[in-house]
Amino acid sequence: MLNPPLTKQHKKLSLLDRARRWLRHGDVPWQILIFLMAFLVLILVTAIGWLMWQESAVSREKFGWTFIMPANEFAWNPIKSNFQSWPFIYGTLVTSFVAVVVAVPVSLGIAIFLAELCPTWLRPPISWLIELLAAVPSVIYGLWGIFVFLPVVVAPLGKALTPLGTLPIVNIFLEGPMPESGASRLAAGLILAIMIIPTIAAVSRDVLLAIPNHQREASLALGATQWETIWQVLLPYGLSGILGAVILGLGRALGETMAVTMVIGNSISSSYSLLGPGYNMSSIIANEFAEAVNAVHLSALIEIGLVLFVMTFVLNIVARFLVWQVARKTPSEVRT
Amino acid sequence: MTLPLIIRPAANKTLRKVTNTVMLSLTAALTVVALVPLFWIIGYIIYQGSQYINLDFFTQLPRPMGITGGGILHALEGTLILTALAALFAVPPGVLAAFYVAYRPNTPLGVAVRFGTDVLSGVPSIVIGLFGYALIVKQQGNYSAFAGAIAMAILMLPTIIRTTEEMIKLVPTSLHEASAALGAPDWKTSLSVILPAAANGVVTGILLGVARASGETAPLLFTALGNERFEVVRIVEGGLASGRSLPEVLLNVINQPVDSLPLTLFKYASQPFPERIQQAWSTALVLILLVLMINILSRLWIYYQSRRLQG
Repeated sequence: MLNPPLTKQHKKLSLLDRARRWLRHGDVPWQILIFLMAFLVLILVTAIGWLMWQESAVSREKFGWTFIMPANEFAWNPIKSNFQSWPFIYGTLVTSFVAVVVAVPVSLGIAIFLAELCPTWLRPPISWLIELLAAVPSVIYGLWGIFVFLPVVVAPLGKALTPLGTLPIVNIFLEGPMPESGASRLAAGLILAIMIIPTIAAVSRDVLLAIPNHQREASLALGATQWETIWQVLLPYGLSGILGAVILGLGRALGETMAVTMVIGNSISSSYSLLGPGYNMSSIIANEFAEAVNAVHLSALIEIGLVLFVMTFVLNIVARFLVWQVARKTPSEVRT
Repeated sequence: MTLPLIIRPAANKTLRKVTNTVMLSLTAALTVVALVPLFWIIGYIIYQGSQYINLDFFTQLPRPMGITGGGILHALEGTLILTALAALFAVPPGVLAAFYVAYRPNTPLGVAVRFGTDVLSGVPSIVIGLFGYALIVKQQGNYSAFAGAIAMAILMLPTIIRTTEEMIKLVPTSLHEASAALGAPDWKTSLSVILPAAANGVVTGILLGVARASGETAPLLFTALGNERFEVVRIVEGGLASGRSLPEVLLNVINQPVDSLPLTLFKYASQPFPERIQQAWSTALVLILLVLMINILSRLWIYYQSRRLQG
C-alpha cells in the first residue's frame, strides 16, 4: 500500500537531492576512498614495472636480448656505451645458489626444531630471535662482513678450498687464489645465507605447524620413530610449502643489495670462480648508478633493475602459490 | 592422500633409535648455530661502537676526512625527517587499504590487493630506489629528502597493510554489529570503533614498518643521496633570515639531499680512514639499537595485544 507513492516520490527527486541522499551517511565516499587506497597498491606494483620498462628503452633497443644472454666474452664499457650484463646475472645467480644451498639445511633444522621438538613455552622466544636476525639492517651485515666475517671465516675457508681448484671440473668454480681480504662471491653467498635463514625457517615452521596431527599420530602408531615421522611423512606432506619457503628466501637473496656490495669485491671479471671477486646485479646498480656517465649507461643499469624486478616477481608468484596450496589442502580448524 | 612409509628391513632397532636421537639433536644444534651470527654481530658492534660514543657524536657535523672528532648529527636529523615523512605518506593509505582487504577478503580486488602486497614486499629495495629516482628525482631534477621518503614509504606499505589487516580481523564482530545497530554509518564504525579497538596493533605494525625502512640504504642511494652539511637548525635560521616564510623554508628542507644513518654507515665503511671506520662502528651501534629496540618493543606489544583481543 505504501510502496507505490514512495517510488513515485523517489523518481521525482532531483539529481542534486539524489546525490545528497547518496552522500548522507558518508558511506559511499568512504567506500570509494578505501577502494582507491587498496587499488593504489596495484597501481604501485604496475607503475614500478612500467616505469622501469620505459626508462630502460634506450638500452633494450640498442642491445636487445644479447644484454641478458650468457656470454664468455662480454662488454661493460661506459666510455664506448657498450653493455652486457651477463657477469652480473651470473654473480646474482651463483651467490643466491650458494646462499640457498647453505641456508636450506639450517633453516629446515630450525623449522623442525621449532615445530616438532621444542616445548611450547620455548617456541615464541626462539622464533623471535630468529626473526630479529631478519630485522638487522643489511648494511650492518655488510660492515660486520668486511671487518669480522671476511678475515675470520671466509679467508681461511678460501685457503682451505683453494687446493680443490686443481681438480678437473670444480676448477671452474674454485679457481684460486682468493684475495687476501676474502672479498669474493663465496663471501657474498655466505652472508646472504645468514640473511635468508629467517625467511625460510619462519615459513617452513608455519608449513609444518599447518600439517594436521593425524598424520603424525598415524605414523607414530605404525612404529616409526619421531625422526622417521618427520622425514618420511611430514616433510613430503609439506613439500610444496617448504619449496615455497625456499623460493621466498631465494627471492630475498636475489634482491639483497648492501651487504653483498660490501663483501663481493666489486670487480667486473669474466672468471666463474666462487673464490674470486665479482659483482651482482644489485651491487652494480648501487655502485655505478649515481655516477653513470651517459644515458645509455643509466638505461642499461635500469634494465638490470628491470630484470631483477621480473625475476623476484615471478619467484614471488610461484612461492605464494606453493605455500597457498599447503594451506588449502589443510582444513582451517586443524591449523594451529 | 596415501604416503608410503618406508622402514627399511635392514635398519635394525638400535640404528633407527640412534638416527632418531642424532638427527633430532642436530636440529637443535642448527638452531643454535643460526643464532650465533645474531649474537656475534650485536656483541661486536656494542664492543666496537661504544668506544667512540660521546655527546659530540650526537651533536656535531662530520669533520673533514682524516680528522678525528665530529659526529653524525646530519644523519640523525636526516633519518628522523626521512622516516617521519615516509610514515606520513605510508600510514593513511596503508591503514585504509587494510580496511578494504579486511572487509572484502574474497572479492577479486581484495585477493588482488593481498597478492599485490606480497609482491610489493618482495620487490628488491634497490629497484624501489630506481623507481624513486625515475619517478621523482628525474622529474624534479635534484636529489631530495622527499624522493627518499617516497621510496621508504613504498617499503613500509606492505608491512603496514598486512599488520593492520590482521589486527582489524581480530576485533570481535560484535563490536561492529553493535555500532551498526546504533545506526552508525560504516565509516564511523570503522574509524571510531574498529580502529581504536585495533589501535595498539596498528601502531605496532607501523613501528615495524618504520624499523624496516629506517635500516634500509639501497632505496636512498639515488633518491636522498646524502649530504654531510645537513643541519636543520642552520637551514631554517638561514632561510628565515633571508626573509622567506616558514612553510617555504620547511619545503626547502625536504627538497635538499639528506643523509641517513645507514647511508652514512655505508659511506664511512668504505673510506680508508681509521677515524671514519671507527665512526662507522658507532653509527652501526646507534642504528642497531634504534632498529632492534623498535622491533623488540613492538613485537612484545603486539604479542600481548593479540592475546588480549583473542581473550
